[in-house]
Amino acid sequence: MTFLSDGKSNPQTPWVYSDIVKDHFFHPRNFVKDDEEVKDYDAHGSYGSPACGDEMHIWIKVDPQTKRIIGFKWRTFGCASAIAATSIASEIVTKDGGMTLEEAKHLKPQTIIEHLGGLPDRKIHCSVLCDKALLEAIHYYEKNYS
Amino acid sequence: MNCPCEKLKTLMRQVQKMWFGAPQKSTRFIYLDHAAATPLDAQVEKAMQPYVQNIFGNPSSLYEQGVRAQQAVENSRKNVAQILGALPEEIIFTSGGTESDNLAILGYARAHAKEGKHLITTTIEHHAVLGAMKQLEREGFEVTYLLPDQNGFITTDQVKQTLRPDTIFISIMYANNEIGTIEPITEIGNMLQKYKQETKKAFPVFHTDACQATGYLDLQVEKLHVDLLTLNGSKMYGPKGTGILYRRRGTKLQPLQFGGSQEHNLRPGTENVPGIVGLAKALEIAESLRAKESERLCALRDFFIKKVLTSIPHAHLNGHPILRLPNNIHISFVGAEGEAMLLYLDHEGIAVSTGSACTSQSLDPSHVLVAIGCTHEEAHSSLRFTLGRSTTKKDLEHVLNILPKVIQKLRVLSPFV
Repeated sequence: MTFLSDGKSNPQTPWVYSDIVKDHFFHPRNFVKDDEEVKDYDAHGSYGSPACGDEMHIWIKVDPQTKRIIGFKWRTFGCASAIAATSIASEIVTKDGGMTLEEAKHLKPQTIIEHLGGLPDRKIHCSVLCDKALLEAIHYYEKNYS
Repeated sequence: MNCPCEKLKTLMRQVQKMWFGAPQKSTRFIYLDHAAATPLDAQVEKAMQPYVQNIFGNPSSLYEQGVRAQQAVENSRKNVAQILGALPEEIIFTSGGTESDNLAILGYARAHAKEGKHLITTTIEHHAVLGAMKQLEREGFEVTYLLPDQNGFITTDQVKQTLRPDTIFISIMYANNEIGTIEPITEIGNMLQKYKQETKKAFPVFHTDACQATGYLDLQVEKLHVDLLTLNGSKMYGPKGTGILYRRRGTKLQPLQFGGSQEHNLRPGTENVPGIVGLAKALEIAESLRAKESERLCALRDFFIKKVLTSIPHAHLNGHPILRLPNNIHISFVGAEGEAMLLYLDHEGIAVSTGSACTSQSLDPSHVLVAIGCTHEEAHSSLRFTLGRSTTKKDLEHVLNILPKVIQKLRVLSPFV
């Protein structure tokens, strides 16, 4: 989905977040455009921040043989850093054939923040909630498919 | 265009274009955040100029440089007083709205603690007022915070019913900085005047923060029946770091700072001469444009609100539908988060603000939106557009073209709606 003008970062333009956050905010990856896309997904998890009202929903598809996460789709209500954090998490988790469920359980907010090139301190606790939503989805999967 | 520097500038622009190509980001810049800050008026800058460079003397000095600086300050004071229908000695120059509010509230309460310990204000005041009230609570005062209705409106009856024999001070804003609702200051002032006549008391005194009202509403202190009134230079196309506190003669304040005898011992320190000159000029211009600008912006405001509410689903107006500042538009777009909308609009060269928690340091949603009954989600999904002198219908049409796409994009990403 292209936006009105291109979201390419211009080093001359001051921006509140890192260039990586900017890229994912203007060009979010793997979000659910249509409910149909996640119809055959195995598990759903969600997590909201009581502090500021951000909310993340994620859907995962797991390879039953390898127990690797081969699909990660999401929807997020939140600010630029919340959108970017979920978007980049979807890439981290599905990279190189996907993380195993065990690996994904140990995905830390700090790892997501490092991949984003850092976040302002006050944004960390409310923006990076996708690891918790992911954990919920994994627990759901293990309960229902193992 | 005959000026050689103009020619040079044009040439430079051409070279720049050849060298770097056309700029990538939309170069159109539409500023719709006049409630946050206004650009310095060119006439104001011109009026300030002599006092930035040539007439630099300290107004307290007795030689010519000093006297000229002092005259500039006193002329400014006279001009401000005339616009407010006040006496020159009733005008105190400060560093801005926050200082004026603090001086009025802390200054009055601390000077009259023996006469009463009760104050009245509202839950939707600016933080400069709420912060000062909280400080007084720590010092042993009692504060009643009036809750507005769902439009952000406070009634005279509410104030009347809250009055107590020990109420010494009331602070109610003239117009809200977030949702633009105009409070019935004249009516409340009238009621308080009668109350004081009946009870034969000198208090409660009445303060209003009129920072957002400047340039749109009547600032005549006698009509408003206020004893203290706050104004801010940077909201009226004047310089930042300048403010006014109108103080009715006989209203005793305890200073917040101590030092020299400037500003009737209430605000020590060498006067900000260029700032004061600029502030007075800015107020003069704002007042002269008031009727025309208010009419023009009301029409633009209503055009924009109507278009947005009819073209974007799940959008609703916050604040009063009629008793509203001519330049204020505040709308919630459920499902699209405020900071994300703001940054997408910024990318298109449109500057607005939001009541979303995500832009505040505390991560709490706007206290004003919470007070008028917005859910956290509605507060989180709100945008404030505040128009100004440079705003044209063409600008708003451009925003109306971009805004639905921004909201649509964020709603697709969102689990809500």
